[in-house]
Amino acid sequence: MNVDRRGHLNKYLPFSLVDGPGNRFVLFLQGCNFDCVVCHNPYTIDECNGCNICVDLCPDSALTLGTSTKPDVNHFACTDCDICIEVCPIDSTPLSSYVTVGDMLDKIRPTAPFLSGITVSGGEATLQPEFIRDLFAAIKNDPDLNHLTTLVDSNGSAAPAVWDMLAPVMDGAMIDLKALDADTHLRMTAQANGSVLASIRYLAGLDLLHEVRLLIAPGLNDSIETASKTADWLRTIDESLTLKIIGFRKNGTRPVASHIVEPDAEMLTGIANTYRAAGFSDVLII
Amino acid sequence: MNITELQAKAREIIADPTLSFHLRRHYLAYLAESVLPYPTISEACAQALDKQIICDLFEGNAPYRARYILPDYSKALAQGSEFLELEPPADLDDALNFLLIMYTQVPSITGFPVYLGDLDALLLPFIDGISADHLYRSLRRFWIALDRILPDAFVHTNIGPTDNLVARTILQLERELQQVVPNVTLKVDPDLTPDDLIEDAVETVFVNGKPHFVNHPLMTRDLGERYGVVSCYNSLKVGGGSHTLVRLNLKEVALQHQGDLGTFLTDTLPVYAELTAELIEARIRFLVEDAGFFDHDFLATEGLIDIENFSAMYGIYGLAECVNLLMDMQGRNGRYGHDTEANEMAYRITSTIADLVASRPMPYTQGNGGRCFLHSQSGIDTDIEVSAGTRIPIGDEPTMFEHINAVAPHHDLFAAGVSDIFHVEDTAKRNPQAMVDIIRGAFKSGMRDFTFNLATNGFIRITGYLVRKSDVETFQACGSRYGSATFGAGSVKNSHVEDRNVKRVGIRERRPTRASQ
Ligand code: SF4
Ligand code: SF4
Repeated sequence: MNVDRRGHLNKYLPFSLVDGPGNRFVLFLQGCNFDCVVCHNPYTIDECNGCNICVDLCPDSALTLGTSTKPDVNHFACTDCDICIEVCPIDSTPLSSYVTVGDMLDKIRPTAPFLSGITVSGGEATLQPEFIRDLFAAIKNDPDLNHLTTLVDSNGSAAPAVWDMLAPVMDGAMIDLKALDADTHLRMTAQANGSVLASIRYLAGLDLLHEVRLLIAPGLNDSIETASKTADWLRTIDESLTLKIIGFRKNGTRPVASHIVEPDAEMLTGIANTYRAAGFSDVLII
Repeated sequence: MNITELQAKAREIIADPTLSFHLRRHYLAYLAESVLPYPTISEACAQALDKQIICDLFEGNAPYRARYILPDYSKALAQGSEFLELEPPADLDDALNFLLIMYTQVPSITGFPVYLGDLDALLLPFIDGISADHLYRSLRRFWIALDRILPDAFVHTNIGPTDNLVARTILQLERELQQVVPNVTLKVDPDLTPDDLIEDAVETVFVNGKPHFVNHPLMTRDLGERYGVVSCYNSLKVGGGSHTLVRLNLKEVALQHQGDLGTFLTDTLPVYAELTAELIEARIRFLVEDAGFFDHDFLATEGLIDIENFSAMYGIYGLAECVNLLMDMQGRNGRYGHDTEANEMAYRITSTIADLVASRPMPYTQGNGGRCFLHSQSGIDTDIEVSAGTRIPIGDEPTMFEHINAVAPHHDLFAAGVSDIFHVEDTAKRNPQAMVDIIRGAFKSGMRDFTFNLATNGFIRITGYLVRKSDVETFQACGSRYGSATFGAGSVKNSHVEDRNVKRVGIRERRPTRASQ
């Protein structure tokens, strides 16, 4: 465990009601290996390349030419207007920062009495496994923090070796399954889904699969047939899995998603009922 | 007021289509009281009252009952009542009937009892051998009767801190009936109150905005085991209460001040703090010595209240504006709730007031060792551009974590109650455990009271009490069965209640009646 280990952080939230059980401190790490059409926070995907286009366009002069690869941010001047994110040609952000495990522990400590746990999300959290491992290990070894559960929210692309590295200090993983069908998955994420399916099976074997999240995007993966095939496959893993059916929401998405509509409650209920009929009792619509 | 004006006002009340018969009678009584001279106070005190630097919450010119009364209902149930001609009840239904009768005879500033007792503790001795279904049906009838017989949102009951069938049934009824009355507080003790009970209460908040949560260990430290939360976030001793509530408008005090924070604390503030104490003393003396309330009310003669358990509430409000004005005067732009320097200034102001109150002897306040109780007063519906108590202005609240950290240090000082209302997003409904976490954390960080509300549940929390959104909307047109809806309507108009981030609003125990306008 190394408290000086650095991670690339997009941002953190001291309180979150939507990233796992109870109130949780959430870290969103910068960088993702998928390129999901339906992504709500596309500025977490790529790393800033230092083109500095955003610097002059910040209305509050919060950005200055950086000494490293990205602009420097004056967080006192920044008003969170997000204009820099809108103008970035590669959909990145200058606002991410490099932080150490120790930095994050300092932020977590005062919030700990209010929390059930910590969730590391992204971006894709597992692209920085050593940072997560060292953060979780520090939490588990600290008497003031070890009541906190440690969860990872992931696209499931990580290799078994990554899960093995995290397993001793992680209480569970929440895995997104965008599509069971290989072609659909490729179309939705620009990546194959073999590693995702393998992760779900592997984590279930380690008893660390907290839940599987199924994002429903009309026209892409919303048919009842898709749901029923996915249910059949998930049944081969574990019928007592927690499933979350999450309706696609437009907010924050890029123009590539403009043709996708938001699913209505009826569609989501139909899909949830398909999973329930297949034997899953813990199915929630979000 | 000359006789012609008096007649005009009386006529106005008598013919007001938005007032029920009971409210007309209540306002007429207030009008009659207002023709009497005010208790004797100094010229400086009268001026401060006139300029609304000090506010007596329109309690009336001639106090003839204590503002808040917390009868010892357990004693009443055990000994019966000669005045009410009631034997001690022998079973659950007798007990409920006994209480309902007694409630109609408990005075308060509003004309309705502000405290119904800790109903779970009161009823538990009567439920041995009673089926859950019998308890449910009896309590359900009782709950409906409370709402219809005592239609005022300041009527308040307490449950907890232990888990029990009566408390659970009350929460269930709250969700089912969705009434405004009674207001409910859950006493939370980290060691005694299970997560499961808090979660049940949180689910109840999602439906109807109740209960309010209080830090039981902190309350017992300041008030002893036998305390109750009444009206809107007023915590007082059982068998006692508060003679009066007078509040000091800190924004106005800051406006009277010239100079720096140091002289504000040493010169300006003490002057107005003493004028507030003078007013409280005059009102208490009138109530006790002239009106003789404790000599003749049956609650006192039967030992159900004891003047030894009484004190008076010393309220403050407008702290946020006070701090921001003082910051401006010093050329600093930090704001209360957001800036460390501004927050530190706020703590110095409240602790100075606490010291002033703790060093000012007050007659008839043995309930608090001969001193007033400090109270962070949550506002009334005529408050414009002045924040309730120690609250951060509506719409300007920081994130919940920062908000809790900013306000928690004040809570230690306000034995008679302080509150901050937190709005939470709708997503909380899918994660009630998260609210349990936050409530537990808030109490660990020293908060005394905690209330949260969802914008979507059909009720607006004006402060410590609720009004139905539909009652506010229709009030102007046709009036409401609830006395407190009239307060709510004014408050929504005057204090941006609807645009709180969505987090909360002010308190009002009493609205100025037509007689005082
Ligand atoms: S955030 Fe985007 S626009 Fe700004 S410097 Fe980085 S790559 Fe360029
Ligand atoms: S969000 Fe970006 S553009 Fe807006 S103030 Fe902050 S740095 Fe500047």
